[in-house]
Amino acid sequence: MVNALGRVFKTGMRHFWRNGWLSTATISVMALALAMILGVLLVSVLMGALLDNLKSKLDVSVYFRLDTPEEEILKMKNDVLARPEVKRVEYVSSDDALARFKDRYKEDQTILASLDELDGKIFEASLNIGARNPEDFQPIVDFIKDPRFVPLESKVQENRDVIDRLSAVITGIRVVGFGVSIMLSAVAVLICFNTIRMAIYTLRDEVNIMKLVGGTNWFVRGPFLVEGFAYGIVSSLVTMVLFYPLVFALSPSLARFFPGVNLLDYFVSNFVLLWLILLVAGTVIGVFGSMFAIRKYLRV
Amino acid sequence: MILFSNVSKYYNSHPALEGINLKISQGEFVSIVGQSGAGKSTLLKLLIAEEAPTQGRIYLDDKEITSISRTELPYLRRRIGTVFQDFKLLANRTAFENVAFAMEVAGSPRKEIAQDVPQILQLVGLEQKAGQFPRELSGGEQQRVAIARALVHQPDIIIADEPTGNLDPLNTWDVIRLLMKIHELGTTIILATHDREIINTINKRVISFDKGRVVRDEEGGRYIL
Ligand SMILES: Nc1ncnc2c1ncn2[C@@H]1O[C@H](COP(=O)(O)OP(=O)(O)OP(=O)(O)O)[C@@H](O)[C@H]1O
Ligand SMILES: [Mg+2]
Repeated sequence: MVNALGRVFKTGMRHFWRNGWLSTATISVMALALAMILGVLLVSVLMGALLDNLKSKLDVSVYFRLDTPEEEILKMKNDVLARPEVKRVEYVSSDDALARFKDRYKEDQTILASLDELDGKIFEASLNIGARNPEDFQPIVDFIKDPRFVPLESKVQENRDVIDRLSAVITGIRVVGFGVSIMLSAVAVLICFNTIRMAIYTLRDEVNIMKLVGGTNWFVRGPFLVEGFAYGIVSSLVTMVLFYPLVFALSPSLARFFPGVNLLDYFVSNFVLLWLILLVAGTVIGVFGSMFAIRKYLRV
Repeated sequence: MILFSNVSKYYNSHPALEGINLKISQGEFVSIVGQSGAGKSTLLKLLIAEEAPTQGRIYLDDKEITSISRTELPYLRRRIGTVFQDFKLLANRTAFENVAFAMEVAGSPRKEIAQDVPQILQLVGLEQKAGQFPRELSGGEQQRVAIARALVHQPDIIIADEPTGNLDPLNTWDVIRLLMKIHELGTTIILATHDREIINTINKRVISFDKGRVVRDEEGGRYIL
């Protein structure tokens, strides 16, 4: 048994080397297919990061009447912060708001000059509240509109609508993207199957002969499965190695489109996981493709 | 013992064999002759179940080849060593590996393979060419590799379809002498050939085919078409 397994393994590896061109061609096609799968995977990671990024920008701002004492605002801040759906609360005091304004218009002397003519507090203090999820918004708004607080507030501003719409678009893209990636992956798998089928087709006479000399199905099939397994290992490695420089080159420009996403970091820190995914995909395709392709030539 | 009982084989309703009844005992040396297309190869293909008969039954000892299960078939084939008319060597394997394959299939230990294969290659005069691939061998050399592969695992029965078709007279007689010697050790030999001189010299049972039928079956027969 061990003897036979060893033999099957050795023969499979020998095939792999001796049919150099065939192996190279098959591996190239498989690597391309796996690259497609990896690309789809990375795009979906980017989209997910973009969505998270947007969600973190969800907020509602409460502006306070100019005469509201700071203690009241800070007390409200603590109350708001105590709520589970609230992710962050930022207090912007009247002076902070002024400083920000000055900073924004630091080029414009007329505005700054007219600002100096005004006395006392000009800008309303505000609390900037971020929610964990879009669904968490309503309770937060309800809480803010509590009669306790209303007398202090001058206005409540939400960016929910914009974010909601953007999220809907991104979610739409993701759903469509998911469909497209399933299709692309299916095409990739089919191409691999077909390539393997052709590789085995060229060896159909060999299969035939082995059967006629008295080989059992498993003895004949075994080396081809080993070969298919080797295809999977090598093509997944090739794909990962080729993707590294690609991600390296693209990462900076992607960071501009997707703020807060470092694809290179993601790729490097998940290298092993990504490779394992490709390895499983590749070897499963290789082994099952071979098994499937050889079936009809075993009926001798 | 091999038994053909009322066997016919049609290819697209064209008869290659018709109404064959034959009995070949263990240890016999049988020659099969007949014009090209008479059905010699077809008969041998039926015996190793490469093809299934359209009609009739074929027995090897108590096993009915025609209804043998897929799992049993490989074991049946290992009892038979076949020299195919078209050699059927594995193109991706060297002469040594081709011969070794027949032993690997049967699960022979590595040591035995390392010992027997060079011996048999020497017997057919190919010890120098062990590392060459079939495409690097002449027709006659390929044929001798095919012969070596058929003999190496010491099967009960040897089927040789035109085993000397590509050989010069010297090699031809070497191969025939080899077959005779193996036959003397108790192996059944079935030899299909066009070589009149061989048939007339060895003085064994000869079965003549014509258009898919047995027309003559004589002990100590002559080559008559
Ligand atoms: N696969 C096939 N499909 C159709 N017809 C076939 C097939 N194999 C053989 N035949 C036909 O069956 C007949 C017998 O063929 P077979 O190969 O048995 O002849 P043979 O006696 O071995 O001839 P030769 O001496 O030339 O080898 C021939 O007429 C051939 O054309
Ligand atoms: Mg023939």
